Order: sequence, then C-alpha cells, then structure tokens
Amino acid sequence: MSAGAGMGRSGVRAHAHPAWWAYLVHRLSGIALALFLPLHFLALSTALRGEAALDGFLRFADRPLFKLAEWGLVVLLALHMAGGVRLLLIEFRPWSGLRKNGIAAASGFGLAVGLAFALALWR
Amino acid sequence: MCNAPADNGGMNGTSGPGGMLRVSIWRGRGDGAFVAYDVPRQASQTVLDVVTFVQRHLEPSLAYRFACRVGMCGSCAMTVNGRARWTCRTHVAEVAADGRLELAPLANLPRVKDLVTDMRAFFDKWAAAHGRFSGARTRHDDFARVAPDSPQRRAADAGIECIGCGVCYASCDVVAWRPDYLGPAALNRAWTLENDERDTARWARLRAVAGDAGCHSCHTQGSCTERCPKHIAPTAAIAGLKRVTARAALRGELEA
Amino acid sequence: MVLAVCVLVHLATIVYAVQSGLSAAALLARTRGSVAFGAFYTVFVVAAAVHAPIGLARIGEEWAGLSSGAANALSRAFAAVLAVLGMTAVYAMVVG
Repeated sequence: MSAGAGMGRSGVRAHAHPAWWAYLVHRLSGIALALFLPLHFLALSTALRGEAALDGFLRFADRPLFKLAEWGLVVLLALHMAGGVRLLLIEFRPWSGLRKNGIAAASGFGLAVGLAFALALWR
Repeated sequence: MCNAPADNGGMNGTSGPGGMLRVSIWRGRGDGAFVAYDVPRQASQTVLDVVTFVQRHLEPSLAYRFACRVGMCGSCAMTVNGRARWTCRTHVAEVAADGRLELAPLANLPRVKDLVTDMRAFFDKWAAAHGRFSGARTRHDDFARVAPDSPQRRAADAGIECIGCGVCYASCDVVAWRPDYLGPAALNRAWTLENDERDTARWARLRAVAGDAGCHSCHTQGSCTERCPKHIAPTAAIAGLKRVTARAALRGELEA
Repeated sequence: MVLAVCVLVHLATIVYAVQSGLSAAALLARTRGSVAFGAFYTVFVVAAAVHAPIGLARIGEEWAGLSSGAANALSRAFAAVLAVLGMTAVYAMVVG
C-alpha cells in the first residue's frame, strides 16, 4: 500500500456508487481475460499437431465445468468491451456526466450476450 | 422533508434514545482511535454543529478546522460516516439515519491531530499542475474580451467554482495508490486554465499534467464527481486533458 | 476502438461456432486457408497484445505495489508472450 503511515484510506462506504462498481467490474474482467488469453492461444495451437490433437482438446474441454467457465469468460468479454466503449465515450465525446446509462447499457449487453451464448452452448 | 405536514425541525426520527446522537470521533494521529460521545440532537443541526458541541462541552482538546460555516471557505471537510463531506453543509438528518455519526479526518492526507489533516500535498500538487494563472496583459491594457458562450469559456465555467476543500482528493483511489498523482482538484484547475484564452502558460501546464502523475493515471472511477459538494465534474476535466495532451503528444508538441 | 469492433465480431463468431458443438473438423474447415480469418485474427491478436499488458502494468503498480520500471518490464514480457502465442494460434488454425 502506497499511502504513507498516518493517512486514512477511503473505504467501502466511499465507493458505493455506480461508476466505481463499473470500474471494478472493468478491472477484474480485464485481469481474468488477460490470464485466460495465453491458455486460449495454447489450446488453439494444438491444431499444429493436427486435427486429432485439437479434437482431443475440445473433447477434453467438453464437460460442464469447462462450459460454465467458457460462459463466464464470454460474459466477462462482453462486459469488458461494453465498459470500454463507455470509457471511450466519456473520454472522447463531449461531456455528459459519468454516463450511468452507459453502465446500464453495458450490463444489459453483457446479459444479452450471456443469454445468447448460453442458448448456443446448451441446446 | 420541507413539505412534511408536521414540522419537527428536520429531526424525522433520526435522534437516538433520549434525543441523543452517538458520535464516534477519531482522536490522535495515524495511531489514534475512535472515541464515542453523546451529543444532544437539535433541529436543523449540521455535522459541524456536532463537532463544535463536542469541543465546547465534552472534549476541549479536540482539534478540527472550520472557518466560514456556510460552504464558502472549504476548510471543514471531514470523513462523515465513511464519506468525505463538508461538515458545515451536511445536516445530521441526512447522514445519521440510525442516530450514529462516525467522524474521521479526510483520507489520503497525513493526519495532524484528531480531525485535522496536513493539506500541504494537496496544495503543492495544485501548484505542480500549474494551477496559477499566467497572463500577458498589465493594468495598462484594456480588458480581454471573452465571448461568454464560446465552448472554451463554458468549459472554464464548469470547473471555476472549486474552493479547494479536498473532498475529491480524499475520495480518489488513484491518489491513494500513486502518491505523486496530481489528483482531481489540481487537474480540474489545469483544465479550467487550459480553456482560459488569456493564459500564456499553456505548454508548460500541458507538460506538467501529461506525465505518469498526471491525467492519464485517472481510471474514471468518478468518485470525485460523485462527491464534489459544488457538483463540479473533475472526471470531465481530466477527460478533456487526456484528449488535449494525447493530441499534442501525437503532434510532438509536448517536447520541452 | 479497433478492439471493440474485433470483440463484437469475435463474440458473434463464438456464438455461431458453438451452436452445433465444437469439432476440430468443422472449425478447421472454415479457418484453414481463409485469408479473411487470418487477417482478422492477426489484427485482433496484435491489438490484444498491446492492450492487455498496458492494463496489467497499471494494475501491477496500483494493486501489487510494483515500481513503474518493474511493471513496464513485466508488461513488455507479457506482450511478447501474448504476441508469440497468439500468432502461433492463428498460424495453427489458418495454415496448420
């Protein structure tokens, strides 16, 4: 922690507003996606060893726990992207507040993508 | 509240047992602790009234800062129930729904004693962001004519009312994480001057706010904008600085 | 902005691709030799390899207390890893 000794830190009660939660979702989803990316690339690279190797991985991953994790990652990707668009609007468009409607829209987009993916995944 | 049929003086059932408030106040410095006091509830009582009552009647050694009592000077900001606020313009009825108040000094600033913080870093950063107006005219020149409805004048207007109370600075996580971050108030001031067409220190100021300690460290958490008692939006000012400094950097205009 | 477009296309592709269950044959039939697929995912990989490490560097400084030098060095290393792994994956899917 970088604040010097004898300095108070703002706590949970100071953070209780939508823009701060939007920031937290954006940051945590970003971390999760960044950690997932190398694994995703490695999985796809099994195709270098032929179709059978990729198929082997896909069958290995075809189980409920993996599907749930995939679903989570897709939702996080949707949320991170929509949240990023909100930030771009705040920073590059004429000011119109913290764009809390953008937070609602981003959440809605995440939900919609989540439902679409769930439908596609488990039908 | 004002339209309540029976005016009970803004108390609205917010008093504790026997019309008393339970007030926890931070005593000491960083290694201090909260001490509880019981303060009689009064009509239209502000949080600053409560602190003053404690100092006059219960704890004469209590240190706190205030001056104008009417929201003009910006010296009485404290952490009230976890949030930075002006105590003079915060009614107890707004914040102590359960008859309890917790008062601490502002976050992100070194504690001096009790409710008093050392504001030096806050004002030093104001100076580091070139928060001072630099003009070219003298008293012998005519007035500058600035069109009131020009976009620049409006952008300057949006941030000009800051009185330097430190509420935004205490509310900002980035200030806590990066001790050298200039913070919302200083950057808001820089943006106001960036939009002042009479100012002559533009490039020095943009260089000062373009670094790692400057506008690009902001994560748009919006706590400054949410908490500003003057309803200024430092987040917007910082976004403006991000745009202008990014454009200037791409054109190579920021090299000293 | 580039990433936002990429992610939208990618999300649509994911939802389309998993509809009939994932099989290597079906995937590779669509990706092998596809210039459009290769070009799109090359752009996506480069953009992601630039974007993700910058974000992680800031988080490393703010949450893990790294110095900016350490955070930037780790971030550059991660960018290199992402770019190499990402381009390997694109190569594996498109050329094989």
